[in-house]
Amino acid sequence: MSDIKKFMYLNRRAPYGTIYAWESLEVVLIGAAFDQEVSLMFADDGVYQLVKGCDTSESDMKNFMPTYRTLGDYGVRYMYVDQASLEARGLTADDLIEVAWEDWETEEEVDNIVEVVDSAKVTELMAESDVVFSF
Amino acid sequence: MSDTINVDGKEFAVDEEGYLANINDWVPGVADVMSKQDELELTDEHWDIIKFLREYYEEYQIAPAIRVLTKAVAKNLGKDKGNSKYLYGLFPYGPGKQACRYAGLPKPTGCV
Repeated sequence: MSDIKKFMYLNRRAPYGTIYAWESLEVVLIGAAFDQEVSLMFADDGVYQLVKGCDTSESDMKNFMPTYRTLGDYGVRYMYVDQASLEARGLTADDLIEVAWEDWETEEEVDNIVEVVDSAKVTELMAESDVVFSF
Repeated sequence: MSDTINVDGKEFAVDEEGYLANINDWVPGVADVMSKQDELELTDEHWDIIKFLREYYEEYQIAPAIRVLTKAVAKNLGKDKGNSKYLYGLFPYGPGKQACRYAGLPKPTGCV
């Protein structure tokens, strides 16, 4: 086996209107098979991908928002949200979905891996990632 | 494979790989007809997995990857069932592909 790398998926676009959010989500789901340390970062309009209560029923689009809640099962350990992007859109952490994580072997549990971080932390997290996939 | 399957006199559209075109069309008879085509007899153990897949899809809107399915089955139905040997024993064409097809789900993401 190769060394574990830190993968970060950077999501900067609104969930619908373009294919980017769904494509990113699919890559995360498929990439889970590779056993890397995976984190997701949501910034700019990407923060809308995690807003609770999205209803796509009148848009003829599949609502894939529930899929984010299973990401903990797909090896995603951290989901970071840029605080400045949230504030600029009048949103707070309370508007976001919660995603649980559990290590199936050790039974270690985390109730919510969604974390709001400030700009300095965003920079730091991106710098320490081995690979950043930008969507 | 034809583009529809007949279940109790009603036609159901399927895609070119035999997966149900519309997940909301699903009735248990779909699984019965598909399994007959594969010459597989469905037992309660098969139905546990099919039901589990439908519930998983209902909640998360995707068909689970095989390792996620295995882990989730172990957690919910017991460790003796949550392993690939048991699941392949039930669904020899692959629990992801075959069980998802019976359950009316799309092919699992990332499954070739």
